[in-house]
Amino acid sequence: MNLIKRIAGVLWMIAGPFAIYYLVTTAISEIKKNPVISTKVQWIVFVGVFIPIAFGMIIFGYYALKGEYGDEEKYKNAPLRGDGS
Amino acid sequence: MPSSPSTSGIWKIITASSVGTLIEWYDFYIFGSLATVIATQFFPKSNPTAALLSVLGTFAAGFIVRPFGALVFGRLGDLIGRKYTFLLTLIIMGGSTFAIGLVPGYASIGFAAPLIVLVLRLLQGLALGGEYGGAATYVAEHSPRNRRGYFTSWIQTTATLGLFVSLAVILLTRHLLDNDQATSIAKFNDWGWRIPFLISIVLVIISIYIRLKMKESPMFAKIKAEGKISINPLKESFVHKTNLKMVLLALFGATMGQGVIWYTGQFYAQSFIENVCKIDFDQSRTILIWAILLATPFFVIFGGWSDKIGRKWIIIAGMFLAVTTYHFLFEQLLIISDTKNKTELAEKKEIKTTLSFIVNSKNAVRTAVTKSYFEDGMIMTQTKKDTLYEDASRKNIKPEMQISKSLGGADYWKMVMIVFIMIVYVTMAYGPIAAFLVELFPTKIRYTSMSLPYHIGNGVFGGLTPFFATLLTTIYTGNKLVGLMYPIIVASICIVICMLYVVNRNNISYDND
Repeated sequence: MNLIKRIAGVLWMIAGPFAIYYLVTTAISEIKKNPVISTKVQWIVFVGVFIPIAFGMIIFGYYALKGEYGDEEKYKNAPLRGDGS
Repeated sequence: MPSSPSTSGIWKIITASSVGTLIEWYDFYIFGSLATVIATQFFPKSNPTAALLSVLGTFAAGFIVRPFGALVFGRLGDLIGRKYTFLLTLIIMGGSTFAIGLVPGYASIGFAAPLIVLVLRLLQGLALGGEYGGAATYVAEHSPRNRRGYFTSWIQTTATLGLFVSLAVILLTRHLLDNDQATSIAKFNDWGWRIPFLISIVLVIISIYIRLKMKESPMFAKIKAEGKISINPLKESFVHKTNLKMVLLALFGATMGQGVIWYTGQFYAQSFIENVCKIDFDQSRTILIWAILLATPFFVIFGGWSDKIGRKWIIIAGMFLAVTTYHFLFEQLLIISDTKNKTELAEKKEIKTTLSFIVNSKNAVRTAVTKSYFEDGMIMTQTKKDTLYEDASRKNIKPEMQISKSLGGADYWKMVMIVFIMIVYVTMAYGPIAAFLVELFPTKIRYTSMSLPYHIGNGVFGGLTPFFATLLTTIYTGNKLVGLMYPIIVASICIVICMLYVVNRNNISYDND
């Protein structure tokens, strides 16, 4: 199971840049279709909001690849220590 | 301090928290529900700057300001306490909502009107971003650990009930302003839309009074007394790996999928019934009202059940049922509303044509209203408007066509049942999520850490559901159900992540906090 979790981590790391590429190309195509200021602002907002989320997906994939979510007992207890470390 | 506080007084805590949160959702949704009326009052399309402010008001409030509010108030809640923070969010939300009801229209004060409304809408988004995390954390920290799912599920009912109350207040106001329905609707569009905003202040004042009497969360009071509160909750939540990985897991393994299920089952379903199935304004809303009313108890049922079997599998089951049955359920909505499947009573057909001349010209607007009656009780009204020009060469301009259907009894209740099923999926995915989120993070950074993934999942992924679904239908015009691809893909990814990485758990103790 831990191996599957790690392999899937690679998928999540790829999904991040793919999402950015898809979003930016869709934004460009939609703005070209209707090049008014409201369309531009709307898509700039979407791209601006989703890019950090996509980076979050890359980091999530990296953690999964490194086995950070692998040890269930450690995972269960980790956030409850409350030491913020 | 016991790890599981006594249940005595818990109902007072739940009521005080839930009423305030419900009012905040109500305040947030009335703006969305009245978007068309507000647009005509404040954001005339003829003025490009006002139209731009309208776009910002629609998108920025939900997608940027909500997560930002989660950070601002989450941090505050972890530094000064839950009680005063979510009291502050309630005051900001209530004040902004009341003020929107008082702002003069664009016709009176010009450009200042949309600008003021935009600022107030952004304040609403900011306050909402801080409210939910505070209420969920506050209730969870008062709940005995073996019933945390059950007690926090009451908070989970507030978003749906807030939508319910907003729809009910709008419908009632729209129809009670005059004995003649057409006059009542005209009055509502003119000034009556302000009433739902203004009455909010009464509810907010009552809620503030109740919240002022509440005590600080025992968990927070304990760590404060021990000097263990976080110095920098943002840094601890989002820079330290131990917590950051949980924030990411909460987002991609739970709230992202739950958010799209929530918005598809309620907002997109209502929008689909009104705009694709062409069901009239009132019925498309009363269908949702009935479905919400019938499904709301399931939030508490699934929340309580998660205390026994854990949160994970209930959340996954809700998302899985949704992605596997959405196509079928939405297809049924289309079939029910399709006149091809019905027998028309041709002898009852009514056609009325009126002609009104345009002032200072010899052109006229011709309105033809055709009412078709069907055996099962459906009435379809087709309104065709075209302009008759004095200049004969302009005759070929495409007429404006509107279709509105009113369902007969049996079909109406079939639609209620379909939307009810979709809201039951919402209750499965959303009912246990507050308990799931609070259990991922330690007390000292809980408010900050759980608020951000919640508002990105719901505000960004969920809030964009109607937009992306509609966008897909404009790209792939041949398939009316193609819009469902967005929630299905997002929820499917979330299911895989949840199954692989989320550990099923319940009754987590806070002893070590």
